[in-house]
Amino acid sequence: MAEFTLPKNSKLIAGKTYKAPIGTSNSRQFEVYRWDPDNSENPRIDSYELDMDDCGPMVLDAILKIKNDIDSTLTFRRSCREGVCGSCAMMVNGKNTLACTKAIDSYSGTIKVFPLPHMQVVKDLVADMSNFYAQYASIQPWIVTQTPAPADRERLQSKADREKLDGLYECVLCACCSTSCPSYWWNSERYLGPAVLLQAYRWLVDSRDENTGARLDELEDPFKLYRCHTIMNCTDTCPKGLNPAKAIAETKKLLMQRK
Amino acid sequence: MVAPINRPTSPHLQAYKLPLTGIISITHRITGVLLSVGLVFVVVIMSAIAEGSQSYDNMQALTAFWLIKLIYWGFSYALVFHLCHGVRHLIWDAGKSFDRDTMDRYALIELCISLVITITMILFI
Repeated sequence: MAEFTLPKNSKLIAGKTYKAPIGTSNSRQFEVYRWDPDNSENPRIDSYELDMDDCGPMVLDAILKIKNDIDSTLTFRRSCREGVCGSCAMMVNGKNTLACTKAIDSYSGTIKVFPLPHMQVVKDLVADMSNFYAQYASIQPWIVTQTPAPADRERLQSKADREKLDGLYECVLCACCSTSCPSYWWNSERYLGPAVLLQAYRWLVDSRDENTGARLDELEDPFKLYRCHTIMNCTDTCPKGLNPAKAIAETKKLLMQRK
Repeated sequence: MVAPINRPTSPHLQAYKLPLTGIISITHRITGVLLSVGLVFVVVIMSAIAEGSQSYDNMQALTAFWLIKLIYWGFSYALVFHLCHGVRHLIWDAGKSFDRDTMDRYALIELCISLVITITMILFI
């Protein structure tokens, strides 16, 4: 159900401020969401002034600098640092993005770094993704066939059929889109959300998959699919430039067409 | 897995900056509710002006009051805006106009058209 305010244990309290070293001429302020499961305090916003002359260009570089130089307890996920693993998804200045591919210079003023919105926080910037991954597994994100595979080769696909997967297979499951969606905020236990629906569509249009009918049956549900109200936050925020809203609309069309 | 300690919910509405399409979407929802409520008053006005000349005059005097006029104009804008976004939804349902580059432009066009229609309505009706 829609709960517009944060529960009592989630309200933000004032945090610590870490000033830039004396003599820093090019400093930048970062406000970072902090929550430590090992004490009973509410989440707080810590403020760090960083020397930009001694920091890499991306938001992730700044967060790494905080962890390396100022506070090693700062916790976040990161891996590839080039936008292919999807680990460092977070909300930066009110919009979800991958910290590794977002340049600090694309913002002016203070940069606010929060975990993905409306998620259970494990620690600091780490959100609990269990529900998201379970939803992903629920759409059977693999090829399902009835016919036996050809004996001497792979299941082939024409170039035209392969092109139908462009704009779908590039998704790195960072969950930026799903956690930007107000519908997902209010109904994440029943609505699959844009990322998972984009993947559901990726398997619907795969010419090699032979389970389209059953896949559509699964999606034909007032909550799983039809909680999408075309708010378009998903497409607006996708750090890979994909279009989940369009994939969802195409899925709705497929359901209409087979009636 | 046993649910661990009392995990907080990360900020959402409090911190997320809705894009123009998101703002329009929630406005569509809000105007929908307001229009439903407003219809009750439309019915009240209708029945009042049908109840004879005395009641007609009273209602005319009331609707000439500036605050009521302002509400009427707001109601008209809400109606036209709601209609325009409804048309946008029809276009979306056809699988069109999802391009990332034109998303905001279409949203602005939609707002402008609804404003123009409302002003035309107010001027000529």
